[in-house]
Amino acid sequence: MLNPEMLSYIYGGLMALAILVYAILDGYDLGVGILLPTNNDTDADTMIASIGPFWDANETWLVLAVGLALIAFPMAHSIILQALYLPITVMLIGLIIRGVAFDFRAKAKVKHKKLWDTMFKLGSILAAFMQGFMLGLYVMSFETSMLSLLFALLSGAGVVGAYTLIGAAWLVLKTEGELQSKAIHWCQFAGRVTFIGVIAVSIVNPLINSDVYKAWFESPTLAVLLTLPVLCLALFVVQDRILQTLKLNTKKGGWLPFALSAVIFILCFFGLTYSFYPYVVPGQLTIFDAVAAPESLNFLLYGVIVVVPTIIIYTIFSYRVFWGKVQPLSYY
Amino acid sequence: MLDTLLLSRIQFATNISFHILFPTITIALGWFLVFFKVRYDITNHPVWLRAYRFWVKIFALTFALGVVSGITMSFQFGTNWPGFMEKVGNIAGPLLGYEVLTAFFMEATFLGVMLFGMNRVSPRVHTLSTIVVAVGTTISAFWILSLNSWMQTPAGFELRNGIVYPTDWLAVIFNPSFPYRFFHMLLASGLTAAFLIAGVSSYRLLKKDNKHAPNMTLKVSLTVACLLAPLQIFVGDLHGLNTLQHQPQKVAAMEGAWETQKGLPLVLFAIPNEDTRTNDFAIEIPKAASLILTHDLNGEIKGLNEFEGAHPPVKPVFFGFRIMVGMGMLMIAVAFITRLSLWRNKRLSHWQLKILVAMSFSGWVATLAGWYVTEIGRQPYLVSGVLTVEEAVTTVASSNVAISLAAYLLVYIVLLVLYIRTLFYTADKAVQVEEYDYSIVEEVRHA
Repeated sequence: MLNPEMLSYIYGGLMALAILVYAILDGYDLGVGILLPTNNDTDADTMIASIGPFWDANETWLVLAVGLALIAFPMAHSIILQALYLPITVMLIGLIIRGVAFDFRAKAKVKHKKLWDTMFKLGSILAAFMQGFMLGLYVMSFETSMLSLLFALLSGAGVVGAYTLIGAAWLVLKTEGELQSKAIHWCQFAGRVTFIGVIAVSIVNPLINSDVYKAWFESPTLAVLLTLPVLCLALFVVQDRILQTLKLNTKKGGWLPFALSAVIFILCFFGLTYSFYPYVVPGQLTIFDAVAAPESLNFLLYGVIVVVPTIIIYTIFSYRVFWGKVQPLSYY
Repeated sequence: MLDTLLLSRIQFATNISFHILFPTITIALGWFLVFFKVRYDITNHPVWLRAYRFWVKIFALTFALGVVSGITMSFQFGTNWPGFMEKVGNIAGPLLGYEVLTAFFMEATFLGVMLFGMNRVSPRVHTLSTIVVAVGTTISAFWILSLNSWMQTPAGFELRNGIVYPTDWLAVIFNPSFPYRFFHMLLASGLTAAFLIAGVSSYRLLKKDNKHAPNMTLKVSLTVACLLAPLQIFVGDLHGLNTLQHQPQKVAAMEGAWETQKGLPLVLFAIPNEDTRTNDFAIEIPKAASLILTHDLNGEIKGLNEFEGAHPPVKPVFFGFRIMVGMGMLMIAVAFITRLSLWRNKRLSHWQLKILVAMSFSGWVATLAGWYVTEIGRQPYLVSGVLTVEEAVTTVASSNVAISLAAYLLVYIVLLVLYIRTLFYTADKAVQVEEYDYSIVEEVRHA
């Protein structure tokens, strides 16, 4: 039997991992949704085909993240979810609309296909924006001042930008020809917008939140810490240059923008968790205060140890089955 | 203005009623697909591939609706019922956690391979993926019914400072009502899927679809319905006896029994009146309820008056039970009659096909009615004897809950209409497809 402190670390880490994996995986398929053209059926079909076999499993990471919060930190879970009641409802409706649009666009009458594509796009934007909006409110400890609402709006736009970036990078990896050229342009544009967004959030956040300011600027290891944002911003520049080269020759390095986007996500996520650790509800509850009963968490840990590696193995299997450039979706 | 408690209850009922429609189909439809695919692998006859390809589309659509409404469910605990997780989270958490870990990821990942991977993996791996998806849906049912049954008949725990702590996980998972509820639900799913397949196949036949596949799926689904229906009566009876032992007030409400008595009559119809605590307009069979519940004509059954103030609202439980049983009886009769005609005449009459089309969603009606009986029958408790619904509700303002409820209702009504229309539209499209296109079959075999 592990003690509560160990369990706080393990489950805190697992929850962080689930959120990070969710942001990267569902991030790219939401991003593809945000980019979906409503006036080009061929491109839309190819883009949908590139995420078809994966989106469902990607979204399951959200259920896992919420589930882990619910299981390991029930008090934190209920504080956060009650505070974010309406934004969560809007996000869920966005996810519902885009999830069903994926199936209806292929199965409903042809004349309604464009409508479902529009729904898919709107649902994706809504879900992505609301996730960023909620992140902003979370960072501001759920204050309802004008300032924190403005910050949440900025954060919402930032997440839409970031998902568009990784979605476009996914398309660079999975498509070819004309669509790939478009994706390279989208990726470059989204990269530049996200670059500005990350800088804006990084400057504003410590200025309006004194705890975050303390965590970074009153730390003895400030110099080491600062390599993180510097590295992150440098990666944006490197990615931009790579995309420039890809415009001339798409034969090599098509996977690089996606890999770099994923690393940028990891660095931003690390920066964020560092700002709040060990709090799970900023300024209110730490992971140690909120942790559930050890007998329950130990019981679930057996499952985690056996099942999580299995999930990773068959996820890799699924990505290998659909490896390479995307082919039209078909049920046979 | 309605209060947060009532609105939250309506919202949860709306969400879970909408959600359960889709897993009820996919749990068993997954196994039907395994059957079609394995038959195809063995016989290499294209009719099985046809059946598979048609029903895998319906599966994909149904599964997607189940997933999106399920994600909503996972947020509802925190947004509307924080008291639930705070008080019994130590039990509910790991059971939900195991469902996510052992079922959700497996289903979702292999669904991709099953739907879109037929020409990318070997036939064997593809069949295996189909099996994994079916196993996943069943495992998912296992965990969620374990949790639901624990809420009905909690076991294997102790209370410390008002919080529930697990003491014996096996007792928690295999709590007294779990095995009965689990098999009852699996059979309900089997019957629901069987009637859906029979209904849609009949629809295609009525549309002059003279291909082999709809005839084949009609035959298979009616055979399955005939096999599962008697089994369901047997399991349902056991489940009822188990409820009598652990939740007698629920059985009393189901039977409309106010006074404790020996030789309780079976109330076929009545309108229970909670003010006078009697049944109006009752039509009864003497002693029959005692016979069914205790297997003795003069067996004693506790009445609602023994639980005054602590029993569920009588009307919804009473009528829900009659709708479930009535629909179940109708399903059995229709299944046996049509299967017999099919055996004798090799085909069904126009009217028989029409009746089957009308009964496409009969499984939904019976399943929902059954769930209403068991869930309303647990009131006023959320977890029997441990936590009331009122204690668990959120502190969110009622106006916010009203907004979210209105939004969900709107979305769900639209989606339900679209789902049913798309289902029959997919059938219309299948009617127009030519009889076996062997070139596709060959392509698949060699890929």
